[in-house]
Amino acid sequence: MEGIQPAGPDDVIAGVAARFVARPETTEEAAAVVREAVARNLTIVARGAGTKQHWALPPNRLDLIVDTSALRGVTEHAAGDLIAVIRAGTPLREVHDVLAPAHQQLALDGALPDATVGGTVAVSTSGPRRMLYGTVRDLLIGVTVIRPDGAIAKAGGKVVKNVAGYDLGKLVAGSYGTLGLIAECVFRLHPLPATGAYVWRDVETADEAARIAAAVIGAQVVPSALEIDAPADGGYTVGVLLEGVPTGVEQRVQTVEKLLSGDTSTGDTSPAWWGRYPWADGDVGLKLTAPLSQVHHLLKAARAPVALRGSAGTGVFYAGIPGDTDPGLIANLVSDLRAEARAGGGHCVVLTAPESIRDRLDVWGPVDGLTLMRRVKEQFDPDGRFAPGRFVGGI
Amino acid sequence: MPAVDQLARALHQALGADQVITDRQELRTYECDGLAHYKVVPAVVVLPRTAEECAAAVKACVEAGVPFVARGSGTGLSGGALPHADGALIVTSQLRRIVEVAPQDERAVVEPGVINLNVSKAANPHGYYYAPDPSSQQICSIGGNVAENSGGAHCLKYGFTTNHVIGAQIVTPDGDLVQLGGRTPDAPGYDLLGAFVGSEGTLGIATEIIVRLTRLPESVRTLLAAFDTTDDAGAATSAIIGAGVVPAAIEMMDALAIEAAEAAVHCGYPEGAGAVLIVELDGPSADVEAQFADVEALCREHSAFEIRIAGDDAERALFWKGRKSAFAAVGRISPDYIVQDGVIPRTALPEVLHRIGEISRQHGVRVANVFHAGDGNLHPLVLFDDAVEGQAEHAEEVSGAILDLCIEYGGSITGEHGVGMDKAKHMPRMFTDDDLDTMQLLRCAFDPRGLANPGKIFPTPRLCGEVPGRRRAPHPLQEAGVAEVF
Repeated sequence: MEGIQPAGPDDVIAGVAARFVARPETTEEAAAVVREAVARNLTIVARGAGTKQHWALPPNRLDLIVDTSALRGVTEHAAGDLIAVIRAGTPLREVHDVLAPAHQQLALDGALPDATVGGTVAVSTSGPRRMLYGTVRDLLIGVTVIRPDGAIAKAGGKVVKNVAGYDLGKLVAGSYGTLGLIAECVFRLHPLPATGAYVWRDVETADEAARIAAAVIGAQVVPSALEIDAPADGGYTVGVLLEGVPTGVEQRVQTVEKLLSGDTSTGDTSPAWWGRYPWADGDVGLKLTAPLSQVHHLLKAARAPVALRGSAGTGVFYAGIPGDTDPGLIANLVSDLRAEARAGGGHCVVLTAPESIRDRLDVWGPVDGLTLMRRVKEQFDPDGRFAPGRFVGGI
Repeated sequence: MPAVDQLARALHQALGADQVITDRQELRTYECDGLAHYKVVPAVVVLPRTAEECAAAVKACVEAGVPFVARGSGTGLSGGALPHADGALIVTSQLRRIVEVAPQDERAVVEPGVINLNVSKAANPHGYYYAPDPSSQQICSIGGNVAENSGGAHCLKYGFTTNHVIGAQIVTPDGDLVQLGGRTPDAPGYDLLGAFVGSEGTLGIATEIIVRLTRLPESVRTLLAAFDTTDDAGAATSAIIGAGVVPAAIEMMDALAIEAAEAAVHCGYPEGAGAVLIVELDGPSADVEAQFADVEALCREHSAFEIRIAGDDAERALFWKGRKSAFAAVGRISPDYIVQDGVIPRTALPEVLHRIGEISRQHGVRVANVFHAGDGNLHPLVLFDDAVEGQAEHAEEVSGAILDLCIEYGGSITGEHGVGMDKAKHMPRMFTDDDLDTMQLLRCAFDPRGLANPGKIFPTPRLCGEVPGRRRAPHPLQEAGVAEVF
């Protein structure tokens, strides 16, 4: 490894240019980089594939980017034990390619297959199949992090069932890189289903979409995913993914086709919109949650120019607003959507927004337990070295 | 005035007189949890009826500088609810309301003293249940489940408590009521709820819990397969998992465990079996039928000499009766026993069982094996007679040697019972000082005074505010040559 080097023109995080960059090749090298950063009092932001660097808030100070792309590879795949040890810089796509020949999968789908495992854990992104398989917090069974003081620490282990010590993996998942550098992850795996089928149908009203979704949830079809797509120009599509053994999937497809009771489409590939965020580069992207019975309120609240899409099976949705919309209108739309989400007991977070608009938005919204969160950050990173200012409450 | 007297007075003022116990005889009722060979009489017992009373009790402890321990039903098997002699025991059993069952949201809101099985009973009429099912589910409380991150026979497919709790109101060790998580997933900020679940009462006390309800399966099929040896049963288990089946449960018992179960509950398992497997599949009917046929074929392929298929719920209950009563049943064949809880990678099962057999023979101590074969969670029952001098020590040695095996094979010292008081001393064999110091960072964030369940989980915690030492020894597992840093 070459150690800490001067940054290049592309070494920019959410509009903030870094002074230095380092690309460690081992966990020990990564720890050495962090220790050197401590000695030189440099702030650090970790970067994997860079797919979400424009998310959340910009770091309020950035000296060093630690590029994890050389911390790459599935170092262990114990197929019989359904676990894999994966280094942080490994792209999800590569993980899939390594596990698939053994008919196994890391059940984290989503819009960003080029994202690294480390980035996926740090932001805790998820896709439609979270309905059946859960999210990072459910699949991560062990983690190795470089603490902000440069110590290497791990929690969890390599067995799925394990309650020894605090589950620090949960703390790291979704922490946006503010508690240290994720070096290696251990995941529980699932068998790849023998077959899968998508069934979907267009409907006109939010109520009808919600009614169909509720019927699917109430039926005995165990969907892997239940999605609703509500494009900005109107109309709704309800889509269901069924996975399993062929005879089972066949029968469940028939059941779902009946439940959708209309002009359904069925196929072994997903509709084009499936699992993608409803926004493009330069747009505003939101994440919204609602209890299952309140999903129709969210659907109704999302009117043009808002496009809404997400999991009616878990109540986790994404909304996109075109970046060229009037900034005042965007601020109003975000605040209306947030009010709607919160009225049902959910949340609304601005995942991404162009710089000019981001500054006018409350990116994270109200957060429960913020005092405790600040105390956690203070304990782990008293100097505010890792990703300062990117997270909730200025953490 | 001694701190404890000051505390008792404050508690009397904050709560009703009948909610504070200081009488020595009455206090003795609470001297242990399910791990009964550790006994400590608490200085005072508090029985709050509301979250606010619970918070007031913790505040009173903070003001008096007295440690506190939370206790639910007291069924824990690691001494996690073992009282502190100079501290308060805060018992949550009076917080026992099912606040809300919302099948349309697949949620229920319950207080911590609610019995695990009662959540399912409340949800069943709506076609739902609460998935985590520890063997003690008829008596254990949800609050205790949250503290211990309880598992159960069906966690192979459905996960543990942590996968089914999405929100909790807690009393922090400062005595503040704070909401973690909520009614919907992915609350913004750190997943403090995820860190709280399984923290064994060291980060506070849950006063209201939001759980996920799971749809009752359309079909449940259960078979009991008898094998000559645990090797065959282990091979069958591997074959089932290898075929891509995720059963709801795969449980194994060896000959000695079967003998005990027969003596206690007459479950009528096949005679002469060296091992039995209980395999349960659930889900949509057509899927279950197809996979059940595969499982049956795989058991036969791996030399099952008898396979029984439960024809109805009564027969299924009989299969499970032998398994679920196994711990207590061992009392029929041995005056005393230690229940161990360790985890190994599932594929190491046959090898580890042989080594347990060797250890058992070497020490002349009988070990009955009962385990969740699907996820490698072993529950060896180490049998001894306390009346015979030296046997208890022998049994302890054997029990410890089994944990050594779990660590040697890259597993864990506890799969579901928790570290508690019992296994704190083993933590440094699984974790480095840096690992343990990192966990302490979390603890210090929640509990800077170290008043919440001190002495549990961690062998020698550093004090909050103390800078972590710069210890740079290799990881114990690395040193033993069994693992890389991971």
